[in-house]
Amino acid sequence: MLIMPEIGILLVSHVREIGDGVLRLLKEVAGDVTIKAAAGTEDNGVGTSFDRINEAVTSFEEPRIWAFYDLGSAKMNLDLVSETTDKNLEIQDVSFVEGAYVAAAMLQANASEDSIHSELKPLKIK
Amino acid sequence: MVDKIKKWLELFAAQLHEKKTYLSELDSAIGDGDHGNNMARGADFLLKSLDQSGDTSAVFKNAAMALLSKVGGASGPLYGSALLALSKKAGETDDRSEWIAAGAEAIAHRGKSEAGDKTMLDVWLPVQKALADGTLTHEKIDAFVAETKSLKAKKGRASYLGDRSVGHIDPGAQSSGYLFHAFLEAGADHA
Repeated sequence: MLIMPEIGILLVSHVREIGDGVLRLLKEVAGDVTIKAAAGTEDNGVGTSFDRINEAVTSFEEPRIWAFYDLGSAKMNLDLVSETTDKNLEIQDVSFVEGAYVAAAMLQANASEDSIHSELKPLKIK
Repeated sequence: MVDKIKKWLELFAAQLHEKKTYLSELDSAIGDGDHGNNMARGADFLLKSLDQSGDTSAVFKNAAMALLSKVGGASGPLYGSALLALSKKAGETDDRSEWIAAGAEAIAHRGKSEAGDKTMLDVWLPVQKALADGTLTHEKIDAFVAETKSLKAKKGRASYLGDRSVGHIDPGAQSSGYLFHAFLEAGADHA
């Protein structure tokens, strides 16, 4: 039986369709991992929204959230949310699509956290 | 005091509307061209946020939340963080130079930027210093904004242009210039 992962994945992108698209890609390999997207502004323009990210973060049942993002200003909003939320939000500075994909697939496979982090290491972007 | 603060933010919002096209033009030269639109959208919600009652700290906080939620680009979290810092500082002191210092610090922290990176910080920092010395004028604010022209961008999308970013005014510096013109105009620079 699969153990419910204690880590959920949050995808933060400037474009709603990018968030939805990456989510769809990840679901292919991680059907049991909670994955949510907070992408685009509230009127679905290009950008990120503190409110939208904050709502998504709050809605996770998992105690820990790994957040993946596409551009620097998405990270700024994520940083702000992580400073104000009670949730354990861990921002991953890795390539957006591949990083999130690797993490999702390995969480699905119940890989150890250490092994996931060592797979993510070469995907670090800063 | 709270009336002057509201007046300040009202005048800022009006300027953002009036200069929307110009801000986007500046941003088209070295960024993604959305600064004018983003800030104008933020300005609408900033104005709405002023309808809520509360003291100076609350006014800044409501304004911060409006910009955070509605400005999609980097200027949302940057201005939002600055106003949150002002909100906190206004609860501790009436010293305007301390307010602006706290705002500048928040911008530097959020954007991981420093003086000379060709960002809004290059207006906030000299404004803070002039304010502390009691020498802040409209002319000085314009000069601080204009000085970003000669800088090479080290942060944000403009940094991808390298040397080609030189010769253009930074759009965030320009909108910060409007913020501080409004600050003087509203008489918010003193208690």
